[in-house]
Amino acid sequence: MREFLDMGGYAAFVWPAYAVTLAVVVANIVWARRLLRQAQAAARRRMAAAGAQP
Amino acid sequence: MTPRRRRMTLVIAILAGVSIAGALALSAFRRNVTFFFDPTQVAAGQVPVGERFRLGGMVTEGSLRRAPGSLEVRFVVTDYSHDVPVSYTGVLPDLFREGAGVVAHGRLAPNGTFVADEVLAKHDEKYMPPEVARSLKRRHGESRQEATPAAAGPQGAPPQPPQAPVSTAAPPTAGAGS
Amino acid sequence: MNWTWFHRLGSPPHAYRLAQRLTPWFAWPAAILCLLALYGGLVLAPPDYQQGEGFRMIYVHAPTAWMSLMVYTTMALAAAVALIWRIKVAHAAAAACAPIGASFTFAALVTGSLYGEPMWGTWWEWDPRLTSELILLFLYLGYMGLRAAIEDPQRADRTSAVLAVVGVVNVPIIHYSVSWWNSLHQAPTVMRFGKPHMSPAMLWPLLVMLIGFTLLFAALLLVRLRAEILARERNAAWIREELGA
Repeated sequence: MREFLDMGGYAAFVWPAYAVTLAVVVANIVWARRLLRQAQAAARRRMAAAGAQP
Repeated sequence: MTPRRRRMTLVIAILAGVSIAGALALSAFRRNVTFFFDPTQVAAGQVPVGERFRLGGMVTEGSLRRAPGSLEVRFVVTDYSHDVPVSYTGVLPDLFREGAGVVAHGRLAPNGTFVADEVLAKHDEKYMPPEVARSLKRRHGESRQEATPAAAGPQGAPPQPPQAPVSTAAPPTAGAGS
Repeated sequence: MNWTWFHRLGSPPHAYRLAQRLTPWFAWPAAILCLLALYGGLVLAPPDYQQGEGFRMIYVHAPTAWMSLMVYTTMALAAAVALIWRIKVAHAAAAACAPIGASFTFAALVTGSLYGEPMWGTWWEWDPRLTSELILLFLYLGYMGLRAAIEDPQRADRTSAVLAVVGVVNVPIIHYSVSWWNSLHQAPTVMRFGKPHMSPAMLWPLLVMLIGFTLLFAALLLVRLRAEILARERNAAWIREELGA
């Protein structure tokens, strides 16, 4: 396990590279889903407001 | 022409225009765009005079010399057409190898030696486990009499020698714990 | 040649519903393939004869670089379709691509820098490959900035679409930079005509990761596209039906 984490001496480069990539992947997933939720909420609000018009 | 056909023509025209403009600009700035010069260009006197520039090529096998009692190293950079002797004082990168690619930044001294203040290792695009590299080296070592070295290309990356580089990977000095 | 499918894709409700149905078919395989590739690359693949264990950075650096180019090409294609056929859904697709592409270009540059320091001996050089990839990031940001800066939605769509199309010449420049000019970055290992220059045990996790990331992009694009369509369609009746408001 320790050898695996050490990555042959390259640990200081390999693990940050994987960490940055994982962060970008996760951020994309979270951000896209949040955008959709916000757009759906905004659309519902518009529908409700329009429905409330006399 | 329908409006849509016209828009398509416009988009294609924009694309073609930008491509041509880009190609012209890049070819006009060729000297400034050049990232490194090869030994043939140095021999032809095509390198900037009195300025720092980058020299790229292969490290000639067996040319690496260390001056005793100092950090200075000397080696020869070749493109299999011309050679340039290089002098460098400092720590060489981990992947620096004889028979492998190198890019050195520095100046050409009057005596023809390239005095580098920075040396970078340029590795090739081949990836393989150590045992495959060893067996490749053995196989090419046997047929070395018949093999002719690759000729220098006018542009592009320094030519790769037909055999796999000399030594196997060593762990880096930077960042190593034990 | 029946073009009905093409024109139906341009209809916002149809595109929205299709995107909704297709997303899981991209998202789940993406997750599985990426995890499989992660295991293959970090654990199963043997170390490299030159780069040792450090070569494993290729399993994040190459896919993010691939993403930066593939997403831009998709964005430019959507923009061209939008300009030529005047399809708003295509503008929405192009807009959805940009933040995805920009973030993966950033990741490609950062992972590349982390890769370059131990292998080349430098965090950054103004070599043709690195420089043109940085320009790509500026193109993405420029596209997003242009969209944000222009008030009128139609003008914002069209102007940014032109930028996207114009900028696509950078994509072949980035790919061929290592062949056309002297560069520090090496030639392509996989994206080339002929056999890949990588041993099979090292190659398959890379290919699986590339496919996994591509599927991830598709899933992300479909989700963002739906958000874009909702924002653009304002009070259309189909939205009421779709969201059950």
